[in-house]
Amino acid sequence: MDLTKKFGDLTAVDGVSLRVEEGEVFGLLGPNGAGKTTTVRMLCCLISKTSGAARIANYEVGDDADSLKIRKIIGLVPDSVGLYDDLTAYDNLDFYGKLYKCTETQRRENIQRFLKMLGLWEKKDVAAGAFSKGMKQKLAIARALIHEPEVLFLDEPTVNLDPESSKTVRDFLLELKKEKKTIFLNTHNLDEAQRICDRIGILNTKLMAVGTPEELERSVTGRKTVIQLERVDEAVLNALKKLSIGKMFKDDNRITIHVVDPGKENPAIVRAIVEAGGNVQSVSVLGSTLEDAYLKLVKETK
Amino acid sequence: MNLGNSWIIAIKDLKVIIRKKTIRYTIIVLPLLISILFPLVIKFEGNKNGGIPAAVLPGLLNSFSFFFVIIAALLPTPIASYSIVGEKVEKSLEPLLATPTTDGEILLGKSIAAFLPTIIATYAGATIFMILIDNVTHSTLGYLYFPNWTIGVILLLLAPLAAVLSVQLNVIASARVSDVRAASQLGALMFLPFTAIYVAGEIGLISLDTNNLLIISAIVAALDVVLFRISTATFRRDEILTKWK
Repeated sequence: MDLTKKFGDLTAVDGVSLRVEEGEVFGLLGPNGAGKTTTVRMLCCLISKTSGAARIANYEVGDDADSLKIRKIIGLVPDSVGLYDDLTAYDNLDFYGKLYKCTETQRRENIQRFLKMLGLWEKKDVAAGAFSKGMKQKLAIARALIHEPEVLFLDEPTVNLDPESSKTVRDFLLELKKEKKTIFLNTHNLDEAQRICDRIGILNTKLMAVGTPEELERSVTGRKTVIQLERVDEAVLNALKKLSIGKMFKDDNRITIHVVDPGKENPAIVRAIVEAGGNVQSVSVLGSTLEDAYLKLVKETK
Repeated sequence: MNLGNSWIIAIKDLKVIIRKKTIRYTIIVLPLLISILFPLVIKFEGNKNGGIPAAVLPGLLNSFSFFFVIIAALLPTPIASYSIVGEKVEKSLEPLLATPTTDGEILLGKSIAAFLPTIIATYAGATIFMILIDNVTHSTLGYLYFPNWTIGVILLLLAPLAAVLSVQLNVIASARVSDVRAASQLGALMFLPFTAIYVAGEIGLISLDTNNLLIISAIVAALDVVLFRISTATFRRDEILTKWK
């Protein structure tokens, strides 16, 4: 609630209030410098908050005693993988398993399980430094899961990855989603957010909007009706101008009209064109996308 | 504080450090060099013009022994630099800080990782040194010079305190630099005060006898406490993630 972080005069995160449900995949979308990493760092009890309050499970972020309990039940994949290059994949995970107080059996089983799920089991004895970027990222995800956390925080997990590695990471996150793992995902990849997240928050220092991808798309007015005609003449254009409709653009024999409610407006538009002698070939409605919503909201804060 | 966590971190750091050739060689070569070089000097001097007089030898040997304090102050520098700045450069501190460990446990773990190899190497070098010195001075002195109280104070008190001081200084230096080499250079400043004491002993400004070594130990212990407070204030996750270079 009202979570704020200031660095001197600079406000990095300004009064963010949101709730993420258990088993939900929540995405925080925002441009660089929007405060996504700072938000995650505050929630992971890595940096202090300036004001506001936050709770993870029943623990208070910012409370010294609760901070350790929070760090016990969360897993973090930071924006930089931060592996120990000189240690093998197995040793990297084993070290973290020990710090999370996993038993030897738990560690052995979970290391095997996650490395197999991520296709790294054959490389378990290879030093992490010899891994590709994608493999390192997968290993960092396995590291964050080694103690089976209740909440998984991922900060830009597919940034700088090639398309194939990005897909592997995304598929793995979808697997975790099926297991009802609570995931908090920082990203500026709209497609990734749309595919993985149940709900998305758009952050640009302030939280601009929160909703399902569909809700966010709908929140942007300006859907478009595109009408393909055999020929566009003055009579058709004049007939349309007489209607109380939004902005209209002509492109060759195609007319694009901004509409608010296509279901109500389109019949009148088509009728006007036909009455003016126009020959309609096709009518299509273009909805606004998450990208439109994102760009609009981010633009509003500038 | 959970010492188990510190130990887990120390073991991991030692596993990483042992793979670094430069650190491995520094830890092995430096004490070995000193432990062999000084007995050789005594031996070759002994072969010239009747050798070093028996009355001069104890002072000289005490000064030589003090070199193990300098070694104990120098060796943690590359280890602590890699252990802290290395993690900072490789960005592995953030996931470590996200684990249920306290700042104190992490700092202690890193300190143990720098302290243990230092003390083991110092003791190993000192043991070789004592055996060789006894071997080359026995005929002149008529008795075994080592072990004695002076080397006892040096090895059991002053060298560990100097190593701790060096570790603390490295932690503080690590917050202000962004590469391992710069951290090592800053940490190596520890060399200066102890070398100054050694030189002062050599030119007769002070006597490096047991009493004076105890006084120096008390001063170093006090400095340890002061630097410990500064280093623990420096090594806070909030500071590390937002203010460290």
